[in-house]
Amino acid sequence: MKQFISFFTVGTVFGIIMTKSEAVSWFRIHEMFRFESFHMYGIIGTAVVLGAIIIALMKRFKVKTLRDTFVGYMPMQLHIPRHLLAGSIFGLGWALIGACPGPMFVLLGQGFGIMALVILSGTLGTYTYGVVKDKLPH
Amino acid sequence: MIAFVTFMSSILDLISQPWHWSVSGAAIAAILFLMTWMGRSFGVSTAFSNFCTMAGAGKRHAFFDIDLKDENWRLAFVLGSVLGGFITVYFLGSPEAVAISESTISHLKEDFGMAYPQGDGFLPTEIFNFFNPKGIILAIIGGFLVGFGARYGRGCTSGHAITGLSHLQLPSLITVIGFFIGGLLMTWVIMPLIF
Repeated sequence: MKQFISFFTVGTVFGIIMTKSEAVSWFRIHEMFRFESFHMYGIIGTAVVLGAIIIALMKRFKVKTLRDTFVGYMPMQLHIPRHLLAGSIFGLGWALIGACPGPMFVLLGQGFGIMALVILSGTLGTYTYGVVKDKLPH
Repeated sequence: MIAFVTFMSSILDLISQPWHWSVSGAAIAAILFLMTWMGRSFGVSTAFSNFCTMAGAGKRHAFFDIDLKDENWRLAFVLGSVLGGFITVYFLGSPEAVAISESTISHLKEDFGMAYPQGDGFLPTEIFNFFNPKGIILAIIGGFLVGFGARYGRGCTSGHAITGLSHLQLPSLITVIGFFIGGLLMTWVIMPLIF
């Protein structure tokens, strides 16, 4: 329960940040893919540069997490065609509805009911992957 | 007491302004830090997988046969983000619509016949609404592609572009390049045909 409340709180702050950053705006995503503004590149660039510094420091000073583990990342096996193909499929959908999974939930909270349909459809897409995954190149 | 109230309301005013991209980027990095420190890997798209498990998909497919107890935190995070969107719109909203560039505005008008701003500038509701069959179909297709692609690539923007890149993972970088291949294809080739 304590864990639920902590992550619910972090999620709420995330929802506020995503709305204020305008990264949940369909128009910002469209503008990004048309290279007509630096806004989204600035957000992602700042987040990644600071994120990389934070992660490197946490690893360097062997910071213990609240779950008593060390900071790490389960490495994924490199398979370039899979990453490119999967990423492209995701990108097609991202540009069309202007929202990746995080923003879908934030936009739902903003009152855009159609996002419930997008989330349902996303769940169906994930289910379809689970069904056909053995037939795909991995 | 009055000083405190004045102080708090000036803070609210400050938050309510549109944020500079560097502030937003730093705030997202802070979320990454919090999630990492709390012992979890920041990623949203796995929530779709959890919904499948909740609906009973684990009985048919081993891929969805996971213990949801260990995923409670992710569902809490996702529910919280819904509340965050609600709070911002009703209490911390910017006075003006999202300030996209002039060239994007004229492109939307000339190529898509789309007026801007629409609402607060978050979603083109003249397309994506429950009374427009085309918008419903596009919403279903878009959601499906995101859900399928995210699981096939084992992660979405939060998992690869933010977390994976911060951990300097090459597979994440290639996946992000894939996001852009698909996104550019949709924006420059497919959308002009269907919008």
